[in-house]
Amino acid sequence: MKKTAISSVIIATAFVAQSAHSETLRLLTWGGYAPDEVIAKFEEETGHTVEVTTSNNEEMIAKLRATNGGGFDLAQPSQDRIASAQEEFGIYKPIDMSKVQADLFIPSMLSATAANSTFDGEVYGLPHVWGTSGLVVNTAEAGDIKDYADLCDASVSGKVSYRLKRPTLIGFAYSMGLDPFAAYGDTDAYQGILDQVEAKLTECKPNVKTYWEGGDEIKNLLRSGEVVASMAWDTGGWQLNADNPDITFVAPEAGALGWIDTFVLPARGRADDAAYDWINFVMRPEVAAMITNTAGNFTAAVDGDAGVNADLKARYQGSFDQQAIDNIKWYPPVPAGLETLEGATLDRVNAAN
Amino acid sequence: MSRDASKLGFYLLLAPLLLWLVLLIILPHIGLFVVSVSEKVGVREYEIGLGNYAAFFTEPLYWRTFARTAIMSILATGLTLILGFPIAYYIAKLTKGRTKTTLFLMCMIPFWVSELVRTYGWMILLRESGVFSSFLQYVGLASGPVEMLYNDAAIMVGLVYTSILFMVVPLVTTLDSLDDSLIEAGYDLGGSSFSILREIVIPHAMPGIVSGCIVVFMLSLGNYLTPILLGGKDSLWFTGMIYTQFITRFNWELGSAFGFLLLALSSVLVFVGLKLSRQSLSGTMGR
Amino acid sequence: MTDAPDLVCRDLVKEFDQFRAVDHVSFEVPQGSFFSILGPSGCGKTTLLRMIAGFQAPSDGELLIKGKSMIGVPPNKRPVSMVFQHLALFPTMNIGDNVGFGLRQRGVNRTDIKKRVEEVLARVGLPGTSGRRVDQLSGGQRQRVAIARCMILEPDLLLLDEPLGALDLKLREHMKLELKALQHEFGTTFVYITHDQSEALVMSDNVAVMNHGRFEQIGSPHDIYYKPATAFVAGFVGDANRFSARVKGSSEESLILETEAGSTMEVEAKMADLNVGQHAQVFLRPEAIELAKSKEQITGNSNVTSGTVTSVLFNGANSMVALRETGSGATLNVALPQTGAFSDLSEGDEIFASWHPTKARCYPGDGA
Repeated sequence: MKKTAISSVIIATAFVAQSAHSETLRLLTWGGYAPDEVIAKFEEETGHTVEVTTSNNEEMIAKLRATNGGGFDLAQPSQDRIASAQEEFGIYKPIDMSKVQADLFIPSMLSATAANSTFDGEVYGLPHVWGTSGLVVNTAEAGDIKDYADLCDASVSGKVSYRLKRPTLIGFAYSMGLDPFAAYGDTDAYQGILDQVEAKLTECKPNVKTYWEGGDEIKNLLRSGEVVASMAWDTGGWQLNADNPDITFVAPEAGALGWIDTFVLPARGRADDAAYDWINFVMRPEVAAMITNTAGNFTAAVDGDAGVNADLKARYQGSFDQQAIDNIKWYPPVPAGLETLEGATLDRVNAAN
Repeated sequence: MSRDASKLGFYLLLAPLLLWLVLLIILPHIGLFVVSVSEKVGVREYEIGLGNYAAFFTEPLYWRTFARTAIMSILATGLTLILGFPIAYYIAKLTKGRTKTTLFLMCMIPFWVSELVRTYGWMILLRESGVFSSFLQYVGLASGPVEMLYNDAAIMVGLVYTSILFMVVPLVTTLDSLDDSLIEAGYDLGGSSFSILREIVIPHAMPGIVSGCIVVFMLSLGNYLTPILLGGKDSLWFTGMIYTQFITRFNWELGSAFGFLLLALSSVLVFVGLKLSRQSLSGTMGR
Repeated sequence: MTDAPDLVCRDLVKEFDQFRAVDHVSFEVPQGSFFSILGPSGCGKTTLLRMIAGFQAPSDGELLIKGKSMIGVPPNKRPVSMVFQHLALFPTMNIGDNVGFGLRQRGVNRTDIKKRVEEVLARVGLPGTSGRRVDQLSGGQRQRVAIARCMILEPDLLLLDEPLGALDLKLREHMKLELKALQHEFGTTFVYITHDQSEALVMSDNVAVMNHGRFEQIGSPHDIYYKPATAFVAGFVGDANRFSARVKGSSEESLILETEAGSTMEVEAKMADLNVGQHAQVFLRPEAIELAKSKEQITGNSNVTSGTVTSVLFNGANSMVALRETGSGATLNVALPQTGAFSDLSEGDEIFASWHPTKARCYPGDGA
């Protein structure tokens, strides 16, 4: 204990020495990833100021693309959206590993993210928060729903909701016994998978109450009982579980879809030092636990789960046994151009009657 | 000297208009147009061509969505007119002084909150566990929960609600300018209420009707939130499609082409509408 | 054809929240006549006309057109047409559609409408104008279109609400004659309201003078002018010198009055039922006064006075001269004879004025 305290003092002094001048950090991130208490602590310790913009994967890329990688100093897209976006639009700059305290990261996640976010031999991403999407189910009303394709079951007709986005395509594909990630490199094979999924989703359409768009919308639908089974993020299920024990996150039999949100440096960011300071700050175990408690997802920080509240841990363990964890399908980097195929499929599903 | 001064004054007055035109209208559109004629041939490789425009016409989903959006917008415009005309007539012709101001304000009050809040208001009313559904069950008109959200009718309700003010205001203005003695003369010459409405009131209010319809049509066509939030799983809207192309598909080229097509096709529709109603744009907007 | 008058009003009353606009008005308008209601603005004449047209319902009383009660009959069901103050021609229609409007409402077929529109336009002197827009016509032409639009329906009664008010003076003079001629031509009963006495006097067969919601007098223009029944009529119709006076003496034939300014005058006794000591109002028309250069030239007129010319108002045939009475200092307006005599009068001239006792009108009251 004493040792940790001393080491953090040393680290803190090192920071102060490093950031001789204070900067403004413009952070483009997800809701919950930069809690006010963390920002306050960071500003106090480093003298930097933080401006937070919350967004999602697509908007982050669109925003950075519109400014050619300017306007923000640190962004947090998912790891599968880094390499292709860099290839297409050149909106990021490589990570300088010498400025990162690598020992704060769980080594396996650090190396996996590095591998997935490498473009032209340079690493562009560091792992931060990870989580899954799967099923959020009202077990009292729809206890039979164990897999993505079960959402098309007649027993839950009209009380189902999922997004019309790429995770739905991939989840359904796995549930149908296909392996979409293996077909990422083969456009024709991937198109074949998409066609099968399209048929399934079109057939399933009468079962769906509505395609949800935002996290609050699906939570409202589940809370009011208008929807009893849905495809959604694990955190949403755990939040609802706190209010209604019947509703919880279920890891699908075909495997939950695992994502890792990262740190990337926008190509024209102006406060790199502040950005590295932020990365090294939030990866500290006690800060990582604070973020987990607000965002609901675990981080890639070593010992980051130590300070997480017991309820959340219990819910996590309730949803994932060891086999379910092993079965998580982690998103590999999306090859450029794949999203065009997926978009056409989604459009056709949307238009189908 | 004074001539120069007045010239300077003229340019100073002109400057904001020119800045607005050039910076906010012309330049973005030029940029959008340049993007819309770039075809992607590979990673970071683009060619000039009209492929994006061709995609709109060759892919049925795109032009059907546009047609759907246009037809729904026209329907919403018609409904808004049918609902707005009696309201405007009542305000303009049957009330005076304070009552008139109060009614006018009541029409405007919903517009003091954001469109998002207004739309959420409708969601609370229409959803399965919402106010209307509970009320119908309470009075015994429905045996179970009734879902009124997530369909085209809900979009229509939202669109009409969002745009009714923009119909009522020009109508009140034109109806206000209708001399009461013209209506009396109509009655005096043996006209019925219906024939007076058809032959005297509507022809007089035509510029207001047309300008109201143009504004409501454009607002409906360009609406994004209402169709997304109130619409169902089949409720595609063209602006939603543009958003999708720009944001989730990273396909700015097609999105820009769609933006231009929306501009061009809606202009054509407005032009046709003006021709059919035998009104001129300057006659309706220049009032 | 019945003998019933086209329009009969009996004890017609219209009450508003604050006041009574029309107060027990009764009158009849015989068929084919030109009837005017003359009164200052706010006297209730417009309300009366709107009740006849059906735009306002009477609070009490009877209203009959061609012997039929019109109470509760809406304006579009009454055999009455109205020419509005600003004509109310429909600006969105051309002349032909304006004139044909009423027939279209009756469901007359298109070719007949066209034919009859041309006919009626020809009758008002505007043949071939049916394709024109309203704003392509002059004020006088619009007037005629408004009348044609009503007359095409062959109404029993045509109501006119000060239709000449918006025209310039010259055109107004012309239209007076034209309206009278049109009435003659169509033979329709006209009810005309105006605040302009000259319009009423020139055109009407009968004139009603209205004040504060009541009819002061109904009579021929001649009677209204020369035998006004009340002080209001005497003051409102035509010009008059007006004196407040007190009765000093009376005989079988005449009254002797003393004005407030102090001069004495003799007035025919049967004019008013007045006793010695009562207040009276005396009205004397400018043209009833004769001028003379010397006292000797005056014959027959018992009221003689002298005065100084204070101003000469030259207006062609209607020229006037204002005198200051030598004794009382009162002002007296005198019309100059149209013969051209006295045209050489100028300010400061001394002159004699005289008038016959039968020419003045005298009413009880102090005429506050």
